[in-house]
Parts: sequence; structure tokens; C-alpha cells
Amino acid sequence: MKNPKIKTTYQYGFHKPDNPTFKVPVGLNKKIVEMISDYKQEPEWMKQKRLEAYEIFKQKPIPTWGADLSKLDLDKLCYYNNPSRKKFKNWRDVPKDIKETYDKIGVPEAEKKFLAGVGAQYDSEVIYHHLKEQWESLGVIFIDTDTAVREYPELVKEYFGTIIPANDNKFAALNTAVWSGGSFVYVPKGVHVTIPLQAYFRINAKAVGQFERTLIIAEEGSYVHYVEGCSAPIYTADSLHAAVVEVMVKPRARVRYTTIQNWSGDVYNLVTKRMMIQDDAFGEWIDGNLGAKVTMKYPSLILSGRGARGEVLSLAYASNGQHQDAGGKAIHLAPETTSTITSKSVSVGNGRASYRGQVKIVKGAKKSKSFVRCDALLIDKTSRSDTYPTNEVAEEDVNLGHEASVSKVGEQQLFYLMSRGLSEAQATSLIVNGFIEPIVKELPLEYAVELNRLINLSMEGAVG
Amino acid sequence: MMKKLVIDDLFAQTLEGKEILKGINLTIKQPEMHVVMGPNGGGKSTLAMVLMGHPGYKITRGKISLNGKDITNLSPDKRARLGLFLGFQYPVEVPGVNFSNFLRMAVNEERKKGDKLSPIAFRNLLLDKAGQLSVSEDIVKRMLNEGFSGGEKKKAEILQLALLKPTFAVLDEPDSGLDVDALKYIAKTINSLDFPLGLLLITHYQRILHYLKPDFVHILLNGKIVKSGKAVLAKQIENSGYEHLKYEKP
Repeated sequence: MKNPKIKTTYQYGFHKPDNPTFKVPVGLNKKIVEMISDYKQEPEWMKQKRLEAYEIFKQKPIPTWGADLSKLDLDKLCYYNNPSRKKFKNWRDVPKDIKETYDKIGVPEAEKKFLAGVGAQYDSEVIYHHLKEQWESLGVIFIDTDTAVREYPELVKEYFGTIIPANDNKFAALNTAVWSGGSFVYVPKGVHVTIPLQAYFRINAKAVGQFERTLIIAEEGSYVHYVEGCSAPIYTADSLHAAVVEVMVKPRARVRYTTIQNWSGDVYNLVTKRMMIQDDAFGEWIDGNLGAKVTMKYPSLILSGRGARGEVLSLAYASNGQHQDAGGKAIHLAPETTSTITSKSVSVGNGRASYRGQVKIVKGAKKSKSFVRCDALLIDKTSRSDTYPTNEVAEEDVNLGHEASVSKVGEQQLFYLMSRGLSEAQATSLIVNGFIEPIVKELPLEYAVELNRLINLSMEGAVG
Repeated sequence: MMKKLVIDDLFAQTLEGKEILKGINLTIKQPEMHVVMGPNGGGKSTLAMVLMGHPGYKITRGKISLNGKDITNLSPDKRARLGLFLGFQYPVEVPGVNFSNFLRMAVNEERKKGDKLSPIAFRNLLLDKAGQLSVSEDIVKRMLNEGFSGGEKKKAEILQLALLKPTFAVLDEPDSGLDVDALKYIAKTINSLDFPLGLLLITHYQRILHYLKPDFVHILLNGKIVKSGKAVLAKQIENSGYEHLKYEKP
């Protein structure tokens, strides 16, 4: 189609004054790590974990195998910026600027209508956290991870860094060294949290790093759906979001983790997410990447127990100036484990979407099955899509499938829709929305609606 | 003013430069029904595509006007909004796009603000028309042409025609590949449309004309209309074929 001119459609680009109550100097060194830990008045064991991780971070080079990170200047970021000394359980008490931000995003309203609990992180700290009484009384814990270190140190100690050790990769090490905020979720045996828990991550200050650390533990036979959304103002300076998310899915439990990442176009989004899935348990990542300048994120399934099942649904939407390097990993460590990875990517303008995936089946993981499907849709001549799948299979008695397709928005489809009176922009939006429909239908409704709106807006700017 | 679709000395070629239409002249007044017949490769489908503004063809000479407005260089959506409709011979599948939502969007596109159909009002309208065509109710759940059988695709085109209410329609072989029952439903729906329509029906076979009564029949051969007449011409063709027309002077 025609040369695209993508309209600015990002509606969360506003920012409020940066009024931190505490902020560390720009840059990173051992002192800063200690400063963060001391300010948080952490126990010694956590401080030690941070310092060890910092040493690992220093040793590991910036990865060069994926998206271009050469412009990311880690010395120019602020690694801790606390907007409020207090945390709140009632929106009425939240400082005005911060409350207004979440009102604009619609978080308090969503909480009233369809959520079991909400956590809201603003720059480095979670400022609001609330779980409805009904779930609290069943023993569900949903708090920020800093509070969890104080109130449930045994649980945190037992799981923290066990699924994603600090030496996993440079940004996991960085997160472990300077982490702050994030959610801690504990669902007791047999408890089904039937409506979602949601966390909302907002970067407000300029050139800061947000390093939330999320830990979810679902005990035997339990169920929880955790949803996270993210946004940030538009600045000219780059920000970094390097989260670590560890999820433990105990036997016969089920965890669904949904992300709608909608950072502004100056955020580097480098996230490590991994689920350990035990016997007959089921873990799902639904991972939508719409925003950010660069995303590198490959939610992983570690199928460690017999009969464990895992699924990754990955959606990447790369518009002008964006590189979404996304995908999924499935590591089969036990017999009769099943994984499915479905990736759909849409590239618009000069946007680039890459699928990067790994399936590994170890010796002895007999009768395991894995199926990977990636479909890419290119809107413009300048749009780009790549796939980098890796398979390592050490067991013979397995079933492995892979399908991939790349398509362009078809001239015949456009003509057909336009012959019914739809403009080129409307027709293109319909085709794109149709393409991603299999993933969108898995999203909570309000996110699905938001996604359609975003795509329609960006098509209006892109064509015609 | 009388509504008419006028095709005036129309020449068109593919983007590769292959000339397909070589001087078509045709005027359709509402509510006339014109039938264009002819052998394969004569330019019938190209005529349909060019009338709707398919980007794969270039008009090199001549003019198309709709109700007095020159539409020769308009994009397909603009033609549609001026009241032109094309029923496709091979409707394309659009995965993930709900048939009903799509059609409601298209119908509402033509309507003024304040007059848009609500999802429920539209659904009732759709189900009513679908019933007339003997299209199963699950059409409201299905994706646009995806997994439709040949017959369902053809019926879905007529369903769109009935709901979009254009002033002129070009139907490209709405009868090919249909069983007798489906053919009857389609003909019945065309005969009972609740709005005035000028119709250009393209067909390869005489069969549908057992159920529809055209005002004029034209024979398209090698990019030109070589013969025009009343409905009886179709009967003659059925008996004698197109072969002898190749040697007849237009």
C-alpha cells in the first residue's frame, strides 16, 4: 500500500511532575545497590542477593543476539525513584497526581467492576494495593513484593530466584540487584480465584528504570489469573523496564498470566518471565506487546512434572520505530508434557517483529508433545518480520510440530471489503483485527476493546 | 432524474498491458435487468471488476458514470457509497472477521449519524434476510466467507446485496456451481428485493434465466458486446451457442 505516515496514537503519553520522596543518583554502582536495600530496610539475606547479582550483572555482556541494544545507555538511568513514602489501600488516600494518572488509565474503575484485586506501581514503588475481602479471607495473598519480604520472608526466601536465577541473563541479574515493587501472589491449596488480579505498571519520571519483581505461587489444585498492563509518558530520553516474573504452578494448579504491554516509544522493555509447571498443572502466558521501542521477551514454560501442560500466546504489534523481539520457550523435563506456542505478529510502517522461540525436550521426557505456530502479517513494503525458532530434542518418543506463515494484507481482501463501502483504513483494520482475533479473544474484554481501538487508530494514520 | 449506470466506450487492460475490454457501451436504467453472457475469457469478469474499480486493471479509454456522476477514477469504496455493488464470483475469505459485524459496519457506513443500526436491530434484519435465502442462523457467528461452501458464498453475496440496498448491482456469475434449490432461493431473493435496483447480471449459463426475467441480454465476446437483444436472445444462444457469433459483425 502507500507509504505510511503513522499518526501518534499513543494516548498515555502524558506525564505528571516528578516529585520523588527519595531518589538515587543517576548511574549504577555497588553503593547504589546498597542504598536501595538500606532505604528499604531489608534483611541482610536480600541485600546479599542484590550484591551478588550486581557482580554477575557487571560480568555479563549486553546480549547482541537479539534486538539492537547498542543505544541503551545504562549509565544515564536512575535506578530507584520512589514517588511516595507510603503505600495505600484506598484510592482516596493516594496523592493527587498519581491518582489522576490511574484515573486516566481507568484502573480504579476497572477494579470496582471486574477485578479481585489491584496493585499499582508508579516508577519504583507500588503505591496502591488492595485485595477484596472475599479472597483475603480464603488465605490469598496479593501484595507488593517489598512488603512480602517483610511479612512473608520464609515464602519469599523459598522461591525468590529459584526459577530465574540472577545469572540467567544480564537483565535478570540487573533486576535482582536493583529490583523494587512488583506483585507477590500466593494462592492456597484448592482455592480458585475466579476473577482476575491485576497489576498496573506506570513509569512517570524521565530516564528511569523500572525493575519490578513478581513472584506467583499457586499451591496444588488452585487457580489464578493475573493480568498486568503498562504505560509511560513520551519523553525523548530512553527508559528501561527490566522485570523478572517467576511463577510456580504446583501439581494440578492452573495459572494464567496476561500481559498487555503498551509502553511509550522510548522504553526498552527487556523482561524475563518463566513458569515452573509441576505434575498435571497448567500454565499459560498471554503476552501482548504493542508498545515500547525495543522489546525482548520470551515467556518460558518449564514443564517439570509428568503431564504438565503449558501454552504461550504471543502477540506483537510493531509500528514505526519499534522492534518487537518476542516469542516463547518450552522446556520439557518430564514425560507426557505438552506445550503450545502460538505467535502472531503485525508489522506496520518500518516496524519490525521477530519471533524467537525455543523448544527443548530432554532425554526421558517420553510422549511429550510440542506445537509451535507463528504467523506474521506485513502491512507495508517497509515492514519486516523474522522468525528464529530453535528445537533441541534428545528424546525419540515425542511429537513436535512447527508451522509458520508470512502474509501481506491481500489486495483481493482489501478490494472485497472496499467494494462494500469501507475505506482503505477501515478495511486494513478489519483484516489486521481478524488476523489477531485468535489471541484477542483470550484477552479480558476491556483489553480486547482497547487493542481494537489502538489498531483502528494507527491504521487511520497509516493509509489513505 | 432517472438513475442510470452508463458505460461509454470503455477500454481496459491488466497492469501488464494485456487489453481485455475493447470498447464496451452499455446503459442500464433503474430498475432494468440486463444480462451479459458470453464464453469464458471474453471479458465478463473483467467488466465486473473494472466497474467496481479493481486496482489490478487500468482504464485506457472511455468512461463509467453512475447517476450522472463520473466514477471512472474513483476508488471502490467511493463507488460503493454512490450506490454501486459487486457480487463476486469468487468471494475472498477474510479470516477472523465476523460476517455479521462486517456487514453491519458496511450498512451503517451508508447511513447518517443517528440512523445507525444497533447490533440487535441489525441482527434481526440479518436473520430475517438469511431466512429468506435459507441461510443457516449460525451465519451471525461465522467469519467472513471463511469455510463457507460454494453455495453459502453465493448466498452470502446476495444477502449483502439485500442489506446494503445499492442503486445498481453487478452480479458476477451468482449461479455458477449452485444446486437447483440454492439457485431458486437466490433468484427469489433478487426478484423480491424491497428497493429499486438496476441490475447487471453476468452469467455463463442460461439456467438462472428460468427464474429471472431480464429486460435485455448482451453477448460479450473478445472484449466487445457483439449482440444485444431481448430475453429471447438468451434462448437462441442456448440452442446455437456462441460459436457462430464470432463471425458475425456487431
